Amino acid sequence: MSTETLLDIRDLSVTLPTESSALKAVRGIDLELRRGETLGIVGESGSGKSMTALALMNLLPPAAQRSAACINFAGADLSAVSEKQLAHQVRGRKIGMIFQEPMTSLNPVYTIGRQLTETMTLHGNVSAARAQRRAIELLEKVGLPDPASRLRQYPHELSGGQRQRVMIAMALMNEPELLIADEPTTALDVTIQAQILYLLRQLQTELGMSMILITHDLGVVSRAADRIAVMYAGDLVETGTTEQVLNAPRHPYTRGLLECVPGYRGAAARRLGSIPGVVPSMTGDIQGCAFAARCPRAVARCLTDTPPTRALGEAHRFVCHDPEETRGISFGDSEHASDTHTPRPAQESVLKVDNVSCTFSVRQGLFGKRKTLRALANVSLDIRRGEVLALVGESGCGKSTLSRTIMSLQTPDSGSVTLSGQPVASLPARQRARMIQPIFQDPYSSLNPRQTIGEIIGRPLTVNQVGSKTERRSKVHRMMEYVGLPPRVFNSFPDQLSGGQRQRVAIARALILDPEIVICDEPTSALDVSVQAQILNLLLDLRDELDLTYLFVTHDLSVVEHLADRVAVMYLGEIVECGDREQVLARPKHPYTRALLDSVLSIAPELDVPEPRLTGDFPNPINRPSGCPFHPRCPLADAHCQRVAPALEMFDNTLVKCWKADATSPAPSPNSKTEESAL
Amino acid sequence: MTTRSDAVSASELLPPQEQAALGLTPNQMALKAARRHLGLQLGLGILVLMALFAVLAPWLAPHDPYLQNLPLRLLPPAWADGGQWEYLLGTDHLGRDYLSRIIYGARISMMIGLGAATIGALIGVTLGVLAGYFGGWVDQAVNFLVTCQLAVPSLLLIMALVFVIGQSIAVVIFVIGATHWVLYLMVTRSATLRLRELDFVAAARTMGCSKFQIAVKEILPNLANQITVIFTLEVAVAILNEATLSFLGLGVPSPTPSWGLMIAEGKTAMFFQPWLVILPGIALFILVIAINLLGDGVRDITVTHRRG
Repeated sequence: MSTETLLDIRDLSVTLPTESSALKAVRGIDLELRRGETLGIVGESGSGKSMTALALMNLLPPAAQRSAACINFAGADLSAVSEKQLAHQVRGRKIGMIFQEPMTSLNPVYTIGRQLTETMTLHGNVSAARAQRRAIELLEKVGLPDPASRLRQYPHELSGGQRQRVMIAMALMNEPELLIADEPTTALDVTIQAQILYLLRQLQTELGMSMILITHDLGVVSRAADRIAVMYAGDLVETGTTEQVLNAPRHPYTRGLLECVPGYRGAAARRLGSIPGVVPSMTGDIQGCAFAARCPRAVARCLTDTPPTRALGEAHRFVCHDPEETRGISFGDSEHASDTHTPRPAQESVLKVDNVSCTFSVRQGLFGKRKTLRALANVSLDIRRGEVLALVGESGCGKSTLSRTIMSLQTPDSGSVTLSGQPVASLPARQRARMIQPIFQDPYSSLNPRQTIGEIIGRPLTVNQVGSKTERRSKVHRMMEYVGLPPRVFNSFPDQLSGGQRQRVAIARALILDPEIVICDEPTSALDVSVQAQILNLLLDLRDELDLTYLFVTHDLSVVEHLADRVAVMYLGEIVECGDREQVLARPKHPYTRALLDSVLSIAPELDVPEPRLTGDFPNPINRPSGCPFHPRCPLADAHCQRVAPALEMFDNTLVKCWKADATSPAPSPNSKTEESAL
Repeated sequence: MTTRSDAVSASELLPPQEQAALGLTPNQMALKAARRHLGLQLGLGILVLMALFAVLAPWLAPHDPYLQNLPLRLLPPAWADGGQWEYLLGTDHLGRDYLSRIIYGARISMMIGLGAATIGALIGVTLGVLAGYFGGWVDQAVNFLVTCQLAVPSLLLIMALVFVIGQSIAVVIFVIGATHWVLYLMVTRSATLRLRELDFVAAARTMGCSKFQIAVKEILPNLANQITVIFTLEVAVAILNEATLSFLGLGVPSPTPSWGLMIAEGKTAMFFQPWLVILPGIALFILVIAINLLGDGVRDITVTHRRG
């Protein structure tokens, strides 16, 4: 890495005029980026991190106003360059950009080839043939097999991971000096995320680019970034090398973010740290420190005086009063004393899923033949009273179908789901409602926008005709208090609430009928880390208080590690491994479980992005591989695996579906070993 | 809004100081917003005024709308050359007072416009929600109905129906309504298709809601905006449609004044006596504008995020 500065931003501000006042999205930040370096910009949603990147390229919304003392990029001041020059010489040419949503950032009506070559030919003086050669070369580099024929394909023919690879290739077409990646892996599965990050790191060292990596995922930056800038409410609150910021965070906000990450405090800690409150409104000027209202260390002067920038050594800076008197205090200390995880003894099962299969028929094309898609293939599962059973798998593995089947939203083709001995399908809907309730992933679609919060939470009572109107109402109020909703939102509508508050509403609605089992379908994946921590803490508290049983559907293994008692891993509609959390996570038997664990990027600044063990994409469930469905991606597969499907068998207290389960030694990968030492 | 009734009646049971802590109920909020919403007040005002005109026509109209006065036929409005102040808006081709006919016409036209648009909405929204929510054979059956409706010329159908049932205002309202529901259906069906996939519908199912409860309580309130927009369109279409029917002798029997009929009758003389078309046209325009303002206003005060 050279010490030459590639990008030097001084006093960059972005203001978005709103109807009443001006929203200050970025408040005078200074950033520096050296050649070949990766800078990670971290922060919660709404902290202004994307705005900073867009401001560089002047791609802000039309109404936004940008001001900067200077934006020096490779010797030119971008703040003084005309729009035309910027479009011709900088965007896509010297600075490439990758966006979050691979599904929408490619134009569906043009072929991949056309979109790739266009970025080159558009900037002139390159022949079409040369652009095409470059496109093929890059597609090969980003790891797409058979690149020449890919050029004729349309975006819908590719999977999400493949599309993100095409996006990366597109950004690299003109050999940019700087690559801006805005949440490049957030929309992808963990195994694909590991592949894409590894690819980005490889390409970066190979091509000598600089990179700005914008993400909310601290695990990702800890592995991929050289330096980190933490943003809060439009301001940089802490900058430094990855090791400095993550190993010895000085700003309370950075500390808070880290404490929110499951696993950061160590596996023994039952409760996650959490940052109370929400990001403040960004309109107008902020008096004192923007974080003071949420900060556990705040003292009187934090509320009145603008905090100074403090420097530790050469590179590490943070903006904080850093009051002496509150030095030892951290997040979540005051909240709960009982910080111990008490595993319950295995009890009788409440819910039994017995050999459930579920197929959908899909027509490909207008006149195509109907094909069957096996979403669930002979799934059997037990949920024991009082436990948290985590159901893990990548998107498309059938975990949502399984949870829908358990709630009788989906009728299985064969097999049955029984609840305390009674088949769920034959239960009257209202009786079932009192036993099983769901919490959905997206709190923006799970609440009816036309009903008030009071109506939404009380709706199960109304439908089931529980009690009188006054009783129902007081129960709703009690429930709101329970889940930590302020009483004044009773008459609000969902869109007046924040994401975390909405998820609390969904939890209150699920619990108001006193169900035995709550099916949580990725309840935190749409939320910020700090909010995720609050919601996970709440779910665990409620479980203890109300004696609940959770089926926790998720793709996030760090969440599983934090709260599950038992884990079931799904792949292509089958359960491939199922057992106690400690067993499955510490000594995984199925190669898929091991690959999933390897893809988890825990916070470890001294480690690089691990080389992904799992190559290839998640297969299309319409064309199921023969034999063991995992064999095309499995490093251990042999001819036998290709022909014959294994059955679920017991290996020291864990059910595993693999021919090689006994052959593989229970040696955790070097990655996960160092992970533990890092904690 | 039907869904709001629960919250309101429940909040009445609370002591006032506790209520104050909760903020305003949706209905109170809507009322408060309505007080500030100029468009809504204007639309509602015009509509009420027009309705009053229609009801009080016998007392407000300066002349008998049926009385023919052939020597004074085709008088221009009073302010134009050759106009008389006694006939403020002039006279038609039979010498009837145009102002009186427009005032009386408000009765028929408002009744037909609002009535037919309501009947169309009832049919279209019901079928649309059914087709969208249930899908499968229900959807196919409804689509078949739509195809039939679109394939058979509606004028032919209306003629046949009027001949069979007989000619009266009620029949005209029903027949126009029964032939103008396709737009409602298409919009509500596609909106329902989108809504039923959302998690709040799944949540309603898991809490034991019946299909009817889901359709009425969860889906219908979310269709209100689209229905309002089409309703305002269909009112104008229905009023003009009535003119076509009247022109063919199938609508409101001839001497009875209606705006649509007046436009149809004035059309032949449009180049020489343009006011014959323009004046009822303005009346129709004001009615549609009023309904539009009202519709927009109702949407604004019930749509939640604008209150923020």
